[in-house]
Amino acid sequence: MDFLNAIVALANFVIVPGLAYGAQLAIGALGVTLIYGILRFSNFAHGDTMAFGTAITIIVTTAFVGMGLSFGPLPTALLALPVGIAVTILLVLAIDWGVYKFYRQQKASPVILVIVSMGVMFVMNGIVRFVIGVRDIRFADGERFIVTARGFREATGLDEGLAIKTTQALTVVVAVIVVALLFWFLNKTRTGKSMRAFSDNEDLALLSGINPDWVVKVTWMIVAALATTAGVLYGLDKSFKAFTYFQLLLPIFAAAIVGGLGNPIGAIAGGFVIAFSEVTITYAWKKVLTYLLPESLEPDGLVQLLSTDYKFAVSFAILIIVLLFKPTGLFKGQSV
Amino acid sequence: MSTTVRDTALFGVVAILLIGTGIVQGWNSALLILNMGLISAIMALGVNLQWGFAGLFNIGVMGFVALGGLAAVLISTEPVPEAWSAGGLRIIAGLVFGAATVVAAVVAQKNLEGRRKTIVTLVILVGGFFLYRAIFDPGKIAVEAVNPALQGNLGGLNLPILLSWPVGGLLAAGAAWVIGKTALGLRSDYLAIATLGIAEIIIAIMKNEDWLARGVKNVIGLDRPVPYEIDLQNDPTFVERAAGFGLDPVTASNLYTKMGYAILFTIVLLIILWLAQMALKSPWGRMMRAIRDNETAAEAMGKDVTARHLQIFVLGSAVCGVAGAMMTTLDGQLTPASYQPLRFTFLVWVMVIVGGSGNNFGAILGGMLIWWLWVQVEPLGLGLMNIVSAGLEDGSPLKERLIESAAHMRLLTMGLVLLLVLRFSPRGLIPER
Repeated sequence: MDFLNAIVALANFVIVPGLAYGAQLAIGALGVTLIYGILRFSNFAHGDTMAFGTAITIIVTTAFVGMGLSFGPLPTALLALPVGIAVTILLVLAIDWGVYKFYRQQKASPVILVIVSMGVMFVMNGIVRFVIGVRDIRFADGERFIVTARGFREATGLDEGLAIKTTQALTVVVAVIVVALLFWFLNKTRTGKSMRAFSDNEDLALLSGINPDWVVKVTWMIVAALATTAGVLYGLDKSFKAFTYFQLLLPIFAAAIVGGLGNPIGAIAGGFVIAFSEVTITYAWKKVLTYLLPESLEPDGLVQLLSTDYKFAVSFAILIIVLLFKPTGLFKGQSV
Repeated sequence: MSTTVRDTALFGVVAILLIGTGIVQGWNSALLILNMGLISAIMALGVNLQWGFAGLFNIGVMGFVALGGLAAVLISTEPVPEAWSAGGLRIIAGLVFGAATVVAAVVAQKNLEGRRKTIVTLVILVGGFFLYRAIFDPGKIAVEAVNPALQGNLGGLNLPILLSWPVGGLLAAGAAWVIGKTALGLRSDYLAIATLGIAEIIIAIMKNEDWLARGVKNVIGLDRPVPYEIDLQNDPTFVERAAGFGLDPVTASNLYTKMGYAILFTIVLLIILWLAQMALKSPWGRMMRAIRDNETAAEAMGKDVTARHLQIFVLGSAVCGVAGAMMTTLDGQLTPASYQPLRFTFLVWVMVIVGGSGNNFGAILGGMLIWWLWVQVEPLGLGLMNIVSAGLEDGSPLKERLIESAAHMRLLTMGLVLLLVLRFSPRGLIPER
């Protein structure tokens, strides 16, 4: 019984939140990695693209709720998501046309593009603040829980409860769908194949008659869709605040680099590696250990390796370790 | 127009902007902007050393600035004897042990081979971590329990705060050495992410380690290198002299202290500028630029690229540390929560790019100009919005929205300025020569 209790406590505090957070990071890292693979620079504006998409989705959600629309037990934001994606696509395409295109034609070095993306980051951050302000916004509606801690305790007779939030389950389901769609697109469609060819060898792809403008456009569209989805899922799970999204940049980049920049499978793996390390290292293990160990060995303290405020340090430490020992990431990524 | 005339004219523009601010908004605000502008110029010089001279992409400026601020607290505040006796030595022992663990792990990593290397390193790190916590934690708890409302930290050395400026530089240099040792071999964008992460970690440590500088409880009322306004106002000779200039004592004392800071900051700026100029013109500076422009060729000429990169990374970060200590001195308080990457890292980058990377005078111009703009965008934006919405009815939602949005103009403007400069004048206002 104690063993089962330990498993449930672990699932409740580590596995379920870790899976949801990992899925959010993975979708975010996919966007970063696609930009890196095809446009060949690290896009610092990605966090703010996520924030922009989420802000638009929140506004549309509010309008839908005002009109009396609802999605039953699921959050209304899911209905608004396509609109958010569409608007974000328009914005990133406009930015690409107005800003990045010039440097692409100049064949500017990647580091210049990174600095340009810093400028875009400032602008998008400003736009987000214009659009929605700096408040903390919660926009999850519908059922809050699929499994409540109390219901679980009553149904199983265990001491520990297991709570699964709708948003957590939703995150994982949406992530699976998104990833499946993306891989189907990259591997089966003509455009997807030309994207991969372009990423592998630009010159060869151009020689084979692949239209670079089209590839770049499609990439931005996919990236906008991924960023908005990741942002909305994160916002549903926690809450929306422009500044938090900027801070997500670090774990997202860590995920993309740990997995191998430019490699989509790596981005997904990296997302979960980062998420689970953050959660396990900042989790207080006292409860689980109390169930597992005999009474004489029970821990006095919280058995928390690092306080939750140091979660950045965790993603960062993993990043450094991977870079020092396996510079191209866990899965082979590109290097410029 | 010769380049000297053009550069002087650009600095003249900054002077006119500051004087204009003085006339329109009062000399107090103008001096406030000037003081932070001088500090920003020093930060920009530090980043220019790294990016302009050597092409190192450091976006962890905020961390080094914060370390400088920490130095101000550690040097100037009074020590807390109760805290030292409660757990001071334990904390020091813990830190020394932690450092020894890392050194041992690095030594093991270097000297052992194969699987034994991995196992021994892991054992040292994991075992060391738990031992470190066992030594360190009780000390930390004991220290933080000492009079937590006012202290709860070990305090400082009670030395003059001016000393903290060079010490802030040293502290930042030490951190930069450790970071550079691990991260400088990496590619440019990896180095960027690594420094971004380090900066966040430094801030996290400063927020959470209350025994060090009280964390988010902040340290206020730091010593000042200039006299207090209230003392000046109570000083009859000062009041008399102020009256001689036709000023009332309150205004005069405000201006006097701010002028004092401005003079101190200008001296530091000139010293650092002189050093940076000498470095730029020396063979060392030419070597740095050669490495920046073509690492492979420089390496073929027998230059030790990694060592030179480490050197300039440490120097540039030290300059940022000095600026950080100066800023905390000016503020008179250390508030770790106020360090935001957009303000302390990316804004400094905007200054360097706009001013002209690779040119020290460009960095200073960028620092002063962009800081002026950063402060003035809000009032300017509000004025603009008032004009735009003048035709609208009072209290209409659109008008309120427009006026409210003026507060968010800053970031948008900075981004636009950066993008426009990169597009139309990529070498900046005073380009490298």
